[in-house]
Amino acid sequence: MNKKFTAVRLVCAFAIAILLTVVIIFSVSNEPGTAIYNLFLGPLQSKRHFFDVFASSVPLIFTGLALSLVFKSGNFSMIADASLYTGGVLAAAIAIMLPLPMFIHPVVIFIVAIIVGGVIGSIPAILKVKFKANELVTSLMLNYVFFYLGIYTVNSFFVDREAGTFASLKYAPTATLGKVLDGTKLHWGFFIAIAVVILLYILVYKTKFGYEIRISGSNPEFAKYSGINTSRVIILTQVIAGAVAGLGGAVEQLGMYERFNWQDSPTYAWDGVIIAILAGNNPKFVPLAAFFLAYIRVGADLMSRRADVQNELVSIVQAVLILFITAERFMAGWKQRQEAKQALKGEA
Amino acid sequence: MDILRDIFGALSVPDFYFAMFRTATPVLFATLGAMVSSRSGTSNIALEGTMLISAFVGVVVSAFTQSAWVGFLGAVLAGFIISNILAYFVLKLKSNAVISGIAINTLASGGTIFVLYLITGEKGASTSLHSLKLPSIDIPVIQDIPIIGQILSGHHVLTYVALILVFAVWYMFKYTRLGMHIRAVGESAEAAESVGISVLRVKYIALIISGVLTAMGGAFLSMGYVGLFSANMTAGRGYIALATQAIAAGNAVIGMFASLIFGFCSSLANYLQSSGIPLQFIQLMPYIIIVIVYTCYCAAVERNKLKRQMQAHGKKGEEQTK
Amino acid sequence: MEQDFILEARGITKVYPGGVVANHNVDLQIKKGEIHALVGENGAGKSTLMKMLFGMIAPTKGEIFVDGKQVHFSSSKDAIAAGLGMVHQHFMQVPSMTVAENLILGSETGTRMKVDRKKAVEITKQLSENYNLKVDAEEKVQDISLAMRQKLEILKALYRGAHILIMDEPTAVLTPQETEELFEQLKLLRDKGHTIIFISHKLNEVKALCSRMTILRDGKTMGTYDIKDLDENEISRLMVGRNVSLDIEKEEADFGKTVFSVKDLVYVDRFGKTKVDNVSFSIKEGQILGVAGIDGNGQSELIELIVGVLKQQSGTISINGTDISNAPVLKRQELGISHVSEDRLRYGTAPKLSLEDNVISKIYYTDKLKTKGLLDKKKITAYTKRILEEFIVKYDNTKQSISELSGGNVQKVVVGREYDYMPDLLIMNQPTRGIDVGAIEFIRKKIVEMRRNHKAVLLVSADLSEILSLSDTIVVMHEGRVVGYIDDVKKTSEKELGLYMLGVKEDTKEQIGGAYCE
Repeated sequence: MNKKFTAVRLVCAFAIAILLTVVIIFSVSNEPGTAIYNLFLGPLQSKRHFFDVFASSVPLIFTGLALSLVFKSGNFSMIADASLYTGGVLAAAIAIMLPLPMFIHPVVIFIVAIIVGGVIGSIPAILKVKFKANELVTSLMLNYVFFYLGIYTVNSFFVDREAGTFASLKYAPTATLGKVLDGTKLHWGFFIAIAVVILLYILVYKTKFGYEIRISGSNPEFAKYSGINTSRVIILTQVIAGAVAGLGGAVEQLGMYERFNWQDSPTYAWDGVIIAILAGNNPKFVPLAAFFLAYIRVGADLMSRRADVQNELVSIVQAVLILFITAERFMAGWKQRQEAKQALKGEA
Repeated sequence: MDILRDIFGALSVPDFYFAMFRTATPVLFATLGAMVSSRSGTSNIALEGTMLISAFVGVVVSAFTQSAWVGFLGAVLAGFIISNILAYFVLKLKSNAVISGIAINTLASGGTIFVLYLITGEKGASTSLHSLKLPSIDIPVIQDIPIIGQILSGHHVLTYVALILVFAVWYMFKYTRLGMHIRAVGESAEAAESVGISVLRVKYIALIISGVLTAMGGAFLSMGYVGLFSANMTAGRGYIALATQAIAAGNAVIGMFASLIFGFCSSLANYLQSSGIPLQFIQLMPYIIIVIVYTCYCAAVERNKLKRQMQAHGKKGEEQTK
Repeated sequence: MEQDFILEARGITKVYPGGVVANHNVDLQIKKGEIHALVGENGAGKSTLMKMLFGMIAPTKGEIFVDGKQVHFSSSKDAIAAGLGMVHQHFMQVPSMTVAENLILGSETGTRMKVDRKKAVEITKQLSENYNLKVDAEEKVQDISLAMRQKLEILKALYRGAHILIMDEPTAVLTPQETEELFEQLKLLRDKGHTIIFISHKLNEVKALCSRMTILRDGKTMGTYDIKDLDENEISRLMVGRNVSLDIEKEEADFGKTVFSVKDLVYVDRFGKTKVDNVSFSIKEGQILGVAGIDGNGQSELIELIVGVLKQQSGTISINGTDISNAPVLKRQELGISHVSEDRLRYGTAPKLSLEDNVISKIYYTDKLKTKGLLDKKKITAYTKRILEEFIVKYDNTKQSISELSGGNVQKVVVGREYDYMPDLLIMNQPTRGIDVGAIEFIRKKIVEMRRNHKAVLLVSADLSEILSLSDTIVVMHEGRVVGYIDDVKKTSEKELGLYMLGVKEDTKEQIGGAYCE
């Protein structure tokens, strides 16, 4: 019953979001047909665009995983944003300034990004455990702090003053990740993302620590009575989440860019929220949710290029989806009627 | 040493303190907004988005009506509508308040740019719109007092509104029926319900007040000194308000001082831009100082709790030895 | 109708979602100006009935009359308007507000824009004087005693014009002196023309205070009587119906060596209240030690100290000779402690998670459920099924969330999990609270089985019949201290335990010392 209900609700939320999208497009566009066609089917038009979806899903998978893990443990830290950004900056730094041989170069970068991402992830968690400071509040502030630190680092050590806009020097070719398919953006980082998905799935559902995360997130009091060290769980999950996001930042830089040009912090961490929600905080479903969002993103890009509707439309869709999917009482009336029907059937 | 000199230099100019009030104003509005909803038991994470949308609507409405005050009303109305949506989802449909707030913020960040482009064909800022600013006002008598006049007079009208609202919110919680009901609902919903107070209604009203207050902060951002809307111009002020609100612990006057901490840092940052400190360090300063102050505050609260227990046990020990 | 009743309920039936019948055709007739007792065991349906009379929940069937006129309450507001007032067991007060503010909350003095606090204080003082219910009007509620909070709760009802007062187990949180005082005040109220419904399961109180009583059992009325017409045995028979203790088959005690002991345990909470005061006792193999006491006299804290989620200021705890005074929770479990908590949904389960997740919480870190170092789904499912089947839990599949089960089934899952761990010490804190009779019997049998397996059991219960029917020995707690030790349960009675629980009777230090042996 519950599973069916969740599924029906999900479908309804999507239906509302799609309907709203279509309504908006019709009301703002002079060529709604083109816009809608490109938004929903654009990515399927060519091999290149289709694989672009996979490439675009990579950072979303990382942040989706990070946020799933944080939510699963019952916390609300948004520090994945800082971890991801800093991971990207460090990737740029090492890719530019530290000459290393092929293969070893990205591996070193990943290790550094994981460590630093984890350390950054631990800060709000430690402040919470030690001082009872709300992790959402501290992480939101720290995101700005690390963003500016990142900009400072790029600006003072490896900015390309000739570039015209904000950009770093070019990465050493030894550091960048190759493309899986020529002519597409799909790079080997995608497989790193999938590997992390598998690892985190095993962590959450197959290990002792994963069990502790799930119990602590669901009912911390019960966790305490079961002998689980909840402080340790809070810190460790956020360290892992930070590490995953940090790695995500590095993978994205080395896979998609040849120089660092994130003048604004990318919104991947915030996108991670909807991915985590769509995936029900289960790592297994994160790639699917990330693929969905990436698909819409690529479609929206095509739409804004080929028609007169801007790709920011996606964030409206995204917000509507989040609102309806998390609304516990959304369609509760329907559920109750169904339950009543079921119960009466039993009586007759 | 140069830096110290720069800091002291900044601190000795009345203009510095004037700027402190100016930069504190939007945060102060949001802090009051956060406070009202938080005291009713809902944490309003959507402050950031509410502010952004109001800032945007204010500019657009003032540009089209060519009236600053109608623009301001538009901004407030936008805050009213957004908080209604939030309240509907959180209170009626029982969505998670934090996640719904994040959704509203996502909507605000993309939605404002989307509509901005529709209107102006640009995504960065509303430079092509001829929007209006609300006026600044001089306060008679006070403006003539040296130094103090320079600091307290001549501010933007919304700065004064914010200061009046500090008192209003304080008064509301202390003296009005609604304020009492909000406190009761936030602290013990069961108790409130048992004496016939509609918990849902009170929470709804609190969220809407929160949205309207925050909207004024948004209007200040785009219709205050700058007079234009730019993408994501709130720059986390709605989030900062969550921290300042926590520091204020429900007291509007402390909320004002907490907001002034932010104003102080921002103002100092402005003054230090010509000093040798790298720009980014100056930009991140307000955020990190708020984190530090907030954390220290939390730590102090924790320590006090522990101390009370220790003292109690100490007393118990004395009794036993007697 | 020859007799006019101020409050009458006819044929009240309440079916909760899930099909639990809490009240079945209940009739209640209250005369004006009387103190009417509503008695019955835990779970007999007293609270449900009162909630309906007070408009908090709607009856499925039946009619309610106030002053002869039929009423339909859609919320407490309507009930208050009709002149009813309720003193809830959990006080409905806002801790950070003053007594006077709490008094007027919802019906404030002054205007919308300015609540008149001065007047509120005046009214509080006035009411307080009129009814001889002393409260500090300007003190914050968080700083006053439970007894004063209760007086405030009564004043709140009176302020709202209540002339029918419903008191839900008001003495549970009071000391004997306070109880006596309360009774005087209630009699005063009665003399002033108020009608009082007094809910209780303590017979001596009912006898001391009330004129008539209505007895509820399993959601049904067992009749209304004049108190003087019934002796305690009859009341008891009507309340309980059958003697549950007779159904428990227990072999003769056969104690082994001491398994578990606490010595001189002291715990002071962060408000400076001494919750556990120099408690010592020990339990042997094959022994069930009952802890009796009115709720809130330190039993919960004592258990939390033993489990390890609270930290005592002084004293020692040991199991099988190992000192675990400072050991973390998990270590204590590994050394052989199992615990069924008093609130299964808050402390005993993760309600949203699956049956599997809830069942394995005791052994998730062991190798029992693992294959090659990873948790094995098949093993988990098999293990869960075994426990659920052994404990006759009604369920659809092991992946469903535990909150979908009934209270009795949830409790069986919890007991099953802790039982299967085969601990040396099984702690049962209120093991049968709020569950159906079938589950109660089942769980009690399991407790006895534990004893048969030569394990130690620590049983905390507010239900004296449960304590008496299961325990071998009993300690009674009052205000955090052990005030009585009964080394043979056959030598005591509910009545005697009641005297200890009220703090009226207290054993000598030497007698109490008998509870502890090395």
